[in-house]
Amino acid sequence: MIAWIDTVSRWAVPLLIAFIPVYGLARGVRIYDAFIEGAREGLLLAVRIVPFMVSIFVALGIFREGGGMALLVGWLRPVLDSLGIPGEVLPLAVIRPLSGGGALGIAAELIRRWGPDSYVGRLASVMQGATDTTFYILTFYFGSVGIKRTRHALAAGLAADLASVVTAVLVVRWFFGYP
Amino acid sequence: MIDLVWLLLILGGVAAAAAEGRIAAVTEAVMTSAQLGVETVLGFVGIMVFWLGLSRIAEEAGLIQALARVMAPIFRPIFPSIPRDHPALGAILMNLSANMLGLGHAATPFGLKAMQELQKLNDTPDRATDAMCTFLALNTSSVTLIPATVIALRASAQSANPTEIVAPTLVATCISSAVALAADYLFRRLGRRFG
Repeated sequence: MIAWIDTVSRWAVPLLIAFIPVYGLARGVRIYDAFIEGAREGLLLAVRIVPFMVSIFVALGIFREGGGMALLVGWLRPVLDSLGIPGEVLPLAVIRPLSGGGALGIAAELIRRWGPDSYVGRLASVMQGATDTTFYILTFYFGSVGIKRTRHALAAGLAADLASVVTAVLVVRWFFGYP
Repeated sequence: MIDLVWLLLILGGVAAAAAEGRIAAVTEAVMTSAQLGVETVLGFVGIMVFWLGLSRIAEEAGLIQALARVMAPIFRPIFPSIPRDHPALGAILMNLSANMLGLGHAATPFGLKAMQELQKLNDTPDRATDAMCTFLALNTSSVTLIPATVIALRASAQSANPTEIVAPTLVATCISSAVALAADYLFRRLGRRFG
């Protein structure tokens, strides 16, 4: 099972990189022009991410270096340990439903600080990829058609966010063989 | 909300440093962290640019539509309140497909279109319908086939195997989507009983 999943991870990106241009050409797309146009947008996107990165890196840097992180993790240790969640990913779990750019910043910081192939780094990677910005989608989508009574949509979205944190922990521990 | 969390992080750090008598650590953290933030973006600009170039080809080739067609039979039973040939389902499928392919900017217009179409089926215009709640729950737990940004981040941080998280992410995201659907169903039933 794990070997099979690992094969999927290894092949997914190369196969897509080969498949997409072939598919595009077959459908009559001018693939090189399309690529350049999209790539230009990618550059703008990267520039737009910079403020998010700096704001989050600085806030997290102050929180950690100042000693706030150690205190918080110390207080919550009994709860976190029983769930197997490392305290370091706590800010990511809190910010993920609130701000897409903010969450990306935290994931980037954790991956940088702890190393991409560490437990925290892998967990942050999976958590970042597995959910979306619940509050943003809710306010934006419902707001666009003037819905005020959102009923159980927020509760369902947050339940999914919580579930994704727990499943990320379980999947990463199972897949990479952490105790 | 994000304002509060951001402020708490900064104040928490400053207060803890002050209490422990090493306030200089705060200033140093600001300098190094700001620099690290910019360096991180620079580190993955290249992959980002390449991936969005490739994504544009996929978009123009109609890959979103193709994926939406494949998924239609799976998603029709999840939205029983939408009439069979109503455009709402098409817009929902396009939105979910674009999200799966990691095309966030393409997903949003389809999402807004889906909400407009769903609103046409709504008798109480300020109150969300069952289908809207289900759509939002699915959308917030979005299934991503290739988490390109995360791969880029990992690669720029010198990971030995940047794509090793692709399949674990897929497994986690499928489970969280299933939980989203289950929670949506459960809360809807509870709402009927008590609301």
